[in-house]
Amino acid sequence: MAQALNSQLTLTQKIIAKACGRDTVAPGEIVTVSVDLLMGQDASGPRKWGPRLKELGCKLWDPDKVVVVSDHYVPAVDTQSAEILAISRQFAREYGVKKFFDMQGISHAIMPERGLLTPGMFVAGGDSHTPTAGAFGCYAAGFGATDTTAIAITGETWTTVPETINVQIEGELAEHVTAKDIMLWLCRELGMENSFKTVEFTGSTVGAMSMSERLVLSNMAAELGAEAGIIGVDEVTIEALKQTGGQWEGAEQWIADEGATYLKTVTLDVNQLGPQVAAPHAPENTKCAKEFAGVAVDQCYIGACVGAKLEDLQMAASVLRGRKVSSSTRLLVAPATVRVTEKAAADGTLAALTAAGAILLPSGCGACAGMGAGIVAKGEVCISTTNRNFQGRMGHKDASVYLASPYTVAASAITGLITDPDELQTPPPAQAHQTQARSPEGIRT
Amino acid sequence: MIVEGAAWVFGDGIDTDVLAPGYAMKKSPEGLAQHCLEAINPDFAKQVKPGDIVVAGANFGLGSSREQAAMALATLGVGAVLAKSFARIFYRNAINIGLPVVKIDLTDKVAAGELLRLDLAKGIIAQQTDGSEHELQPMPSHIIEILTAGGLMAQLKQKMGR
Ligand code: SF4
Repeated sequence: MAQALNSQLTLTQKIIAKACGRDTVAPGEIVTVSVDLLMGQDASGPRKWGPRLKELGCKLWDPDKVVVVSDHYVPAVDTQSAEILAISRQFAREYGVKKFFDMQGISHAIMPERGLLTPGMFVAGGDSHTPTAGAFGCYAAGFGATDTTAIAITGETWTTVPETINVQIEGELAEHVTAKDIMLWLCRELGMENSFKTVEFTGSTVGAMSMSERLVLSNMAAELGAEAGIIGVDEVTIEALKQTGGQWEGAEQWIADEGATYLKTVTLDVNQLGPQVAAPHAPENTKCAKEFAGVAVDQCYIGACVGAKLEDLQMAASVLRGRKVSSSTRLLVAPATVRVTEKAAADGTLAALTAAGAILLPSGCGACAGMGAGIVAKGEVCISTTNRNFQGRMGHKDASVYLASPYTVAASAITGLITDPDELQTPPPAQAHQTQARSPEGIRT
Repeated sequence: MIVEGAAWVFGDGIDTDVLAPGYAMKKSPEGLAQHCLEAINPDFAKQVKPGDIVVAGANFGLGSSREQAAMALATLGVGAVLAKSFARIFYRNAINIGLPVVKIDLTDKVAAGELLRLDLAKGIIAQQTDGSEHELQPMPSHIIEILTAGGLMAQLKQKMGR
């Protein structure tokens, strides 16, 4: 049932109110909204839209508001994936989609890096990690192929105004502790069943985070089961918009109202947080990395929209410099976008990775969803910077996937065992002074 | 709308990767459906009959936005999914392709293979073994409209006059 209308709105409610042309909305109301940006990827976008648009004899409602990204089946490895990629190219040509990114990287990393996200937008994406765009003060949610087809034709959809959970993160992160560790921890604390709710991330830790790290928070709101994970606009957002050619004028209005009503506020103190690892087969199976110490890994994977941005590669490189990948494992690195590859090549990050023995893969979803290169065999164990470790996702159903930060995955690559990055032995001389002990309990809540 | 069939009972957190595994995503809808839920019950796809009803716990369909997760169940002839709760995208996808999804927790009450009869119009689910009936929460009218039209595409076609 809809609650009484309130004039103090959460950021979620503000954006939805704008999208349905009203001053205010209340949780539980069902509203029809105008979509500002629609994203479709190769697995669920043009491949599904094309035949349905033909059947209905319709065009796109506004080709300039549609983004198409081929990232799941890239590069083609067989005739089926080649065919799927050809469909996207043909679709972009036929329907006049100019924002078409063919094998340029993963959609959720491309949209921020190309300045396509404007704070206050209602973004609908044919992919469950569409919430990533929430880091730019957008309401961004995933939709299935029939919903996105209807949006492609009408520019509209319906939504139930969600309740908002305020996740307030306070404190200073220790070295080797990242937004990924926070989110793995949060998956355990909040559980993965927050359906029909949004999360807004607030607090001093978020304020101090880079855009790259904020994108991790919003990305993994999907793992909480939340429909969106939104961060209010501040100087960091505006600076990122300026640098990527995005629209920043008026962006500062996209923050929650003082006194807005939240379903609940969850406060996290991250001062004592250590590196976290989620065990198979769910992101909520999280414990301190130390508790998994000694688990042998066949593969270490640095990839995905959440875990292979430039900063993620730099984190991995900082651990790997002057060290070697253990002969008992393999380290695969699939940079999130081609621009990431370019920048990582320019600043020496790629060289540090390959010198340590990392194997470079093309940009794209790769092994993350089991559709590209790097999938795992029956009985194999992988530690990965990806966001999801459901059974069978990365390859064989009897494989085990652990989730962790780029630091922890890199540290595990060096030993061939799951390793807390702080526990690495024989640190290279240049970094020796940075190694610090942390209490074994790792986190105190 | 009436659905009648045997119950297949599953637990909590049935995700989209077990409903529509990534390694089978390039296959045809029929080919993909053969892998539906195989990580949990290898016999499901082979033995499920048209009209059968999936009964599950919390957060059914969490994970990916892939509509194939709902489509795989529908392709196998599953008549409805009754779960304690649903992930949002799966819930919308199921409605959009005309697969009835009902929020009700019956995992403790229904045995595997038991005959169930779902009457969506009346909002009642009946267990045939002992005749017990459970009332359903009323569905929002726009969702009933999509289901009765036969899914969102069918509704769009009506709206576009095609
Ligand atoms: S990298 Fe993984 S999580 Fe991200 S869009 Fe691709 S398949 Fe989804």
